[in-house]
Amino acid sequence: MTSAKTTRRVKKKTIPVPGKLTVTLKVNGVERQLELAPWTTLLDALREHLDLTGTKKGCDHGQCGACTVLVDGRRINACLTLAVMKDGAEVVTIEGLERNAVLHPVQQAFIDHDAFQCGYCTPGQICSAVALIAEGKAKTSDEIRELMSGNLCRCAAYPNIVAAIQQAMDQS
Amino acid sequence: MINFQYVRASDVIDAVQQIAADPDAKFIAGGTNLIDLMKEDVERPTRVIDISRLELREIEELSDGGLRIGALVPNSDLAYHSLIERRYPMLASAILAGASPQLRNMASTGGNLLQRTRCHYFYDPATPCNKRMPGSGCSAIDGHNRMHAILGTSDACIATHPSDMCVALAALEATVRVTGPTGERVLAFRDFHRLPGDRPQQDNALARDEIVTAIDLPPRGFAANYTYLKIRDRHSYAFALVSVAAALELDGETITEARVALGGVAHKPWRDIGAEAALRGQPANEASFGRAADMLLHGAKGYAHNAFKIDLARRATIRALTQAARGTPQSQSDKRIR
Repeated sequence: MTSAKTTRRVKKKTIPVPGKLTVTLKVNGVERQLELAPWTTLLDALREHLDLTGTKKGCDHGQCGACTVLVDGRRINACLTLAVMKDGAEVVTIEGLERNAVLHPVQQAFIDHDAFQCGYCTPGQICSAVALIAEGKAKTSDEIRELMSGNLCRCAAYPNIVAAIQQAMDQS
Repeated sequence: MINFQYVRASDVIDAVQQIAADPDAKFIAGGTNLIDLMKEDVERPTRVIDISRLELREIEELSDGGLRIGALVPNSDLAYHSLIERRYPMLASAILAGASPQLRNMASTGGNLLQRTRCHYFYDPATPCNKRMPGSGCSAIDGHNRMHAILGTSDACIATHPSDMCVALAALEATVRVTGPTGERVLAFRDFHRLPGDRPQQDNALARDEIVTAIDLPPRGFAANYTYLKIRDRHSYAFALVSVAAALELDGETITEARVALGGVAHKPWRDIGAEAALRGQPANEASFGRAADMLLHGAKGYAHNAFKIDLARRATIRALTQAARGTPQSQSDKRIR
C-alpha cells in the first residue's frame, strides 16, 4: 500500500543545485574575484559581497534607479543585472567617484545645490548624472529632466537635482 | 529570486541547440524583463542561457538600401546611431519614448520584441491569468483594465504589447530574422506578434527553439514626414495609454504613401492596411486623417475603465498624422503636444 502510493506520486524532476561561479569584476579600479550563485544580482554582489553599500536597493525592479551604477562606462540598473553576466567588466559605484579625497564635480554640485533630502536615491542620481554628462545628449533642462527620468526622488528634490546637473555640466 | 543554472552560448547554433535540449530553459540578453519576471515568480526557468556575448551587435547597410540591426544592439545604441537618426528618425523617437536611459542601455533589440505584457494580473501570481497560466481565466476583463486593449481582444485576454520600438518597426514594415534547428526564416513584422485568441500564452510566432538574430529595415524611412506620439499618465518613463507611429510621403498636399501603427491598444502593434491605402491620393488634411482613424479603430471595444482610449486613439491618430504632414514630429523631451 505504502509503496504503491509512493510510486503513484508525481515524480518531480530533480534539478541539481547550481554551483557557485567565479566572477571577476574591476570595481572602482580594483580587481575583485567573487564566488557567486548564478542568481546573484550585480546589486547584491556589490552590497552583500563587497560591502559597497553606497549603491542602494530601492524597488529592486528597475523602476526607481537607486541602484544605478556604471558598467563599462554605461549607466545601468544593477538590480536587473546578473553579476555573472558582467564577468570581466569594469564597475564604478558612488564610492569610486571621488579622486584623492576630492569629490567628483557632480557630488560637489549636489551639495552646492542641496539636491537631496533623505539621500537614499542620491548615489543612483549622481551615478546617473555622471553618465548623462558623458553621453552628451542633454543640453536643455527639459532634456536633463527627460534623461534623468529613470531616477525617482520621493522627497521630490528634482528642481535642485536639475540645477546641480546643470552646474556640473557647465564645468565639464 | 528562484534558483537556476547559468550557461553561456558560444554562438547562434549553440544557443539554438541548448534551448532545444531543455524545455525549461530561457535565453537571457539584456535581462530587464526576464529578471524582473523571475523576481515576481512569473517566469521560472531552471536554466538561463546567456546569449549576451553572441556577435549580433552590428548595424550594417544592406545592398537594397535598407539596414540590418543585430538582435543584441542595445536600445540606446540603436536610437542614437547616426544612420537611424538620419534615415529612420521615427524609430529613434519611438525608442527614446520608452523606458529609461538605464534600461535602454541594457535592453536588446531582440529582447524588446519579446518583452511580456505589463498587465497587473499577469504580474500577480495570486490572480488568474490565461497568459501566465492557460485556462485559469482573465482577471482584467472585469478588473482594473485602464491600461488594457481595445482592439483585437478575446474572451481569454485583453493584454497589450508594451513596446514603443515595435510600433515604429510595424509602421516601417521591418522584417524579423530568426534561426531555429532547421535553419533561418524571415517573418514580416505584422506576422511576428499575434492576437491573443484562445492562446494568449503565445505572444508571437517565434518557436521556443528559435532565436531572433536581426531586424531588417527596408530602404523607405519616412525621414521627412513622421512622428511618434505617445500619450501616457506620466510624461516620462511610463507605458503608453495610446501611442501612434505615423509616417507619410507627400507630393505637395497629396498623400502618396501612408503608414499608421498604434501602440497601447492591442496585443500587437495595430495597423490597418485598408486605412493606409485609403489615405493614398487624398489631401493631407484633418478630414482625410479622421476617415483613416475611423477605419483604424473600426471594431474597437472598450471595457469598464478603458473605453476612453477609443476616442483618445482617434484624436491621437489625427494629431500624429497632422504632425507628420507638417514635418513637425513630437519632441520626446519637450512634452507639449502641438
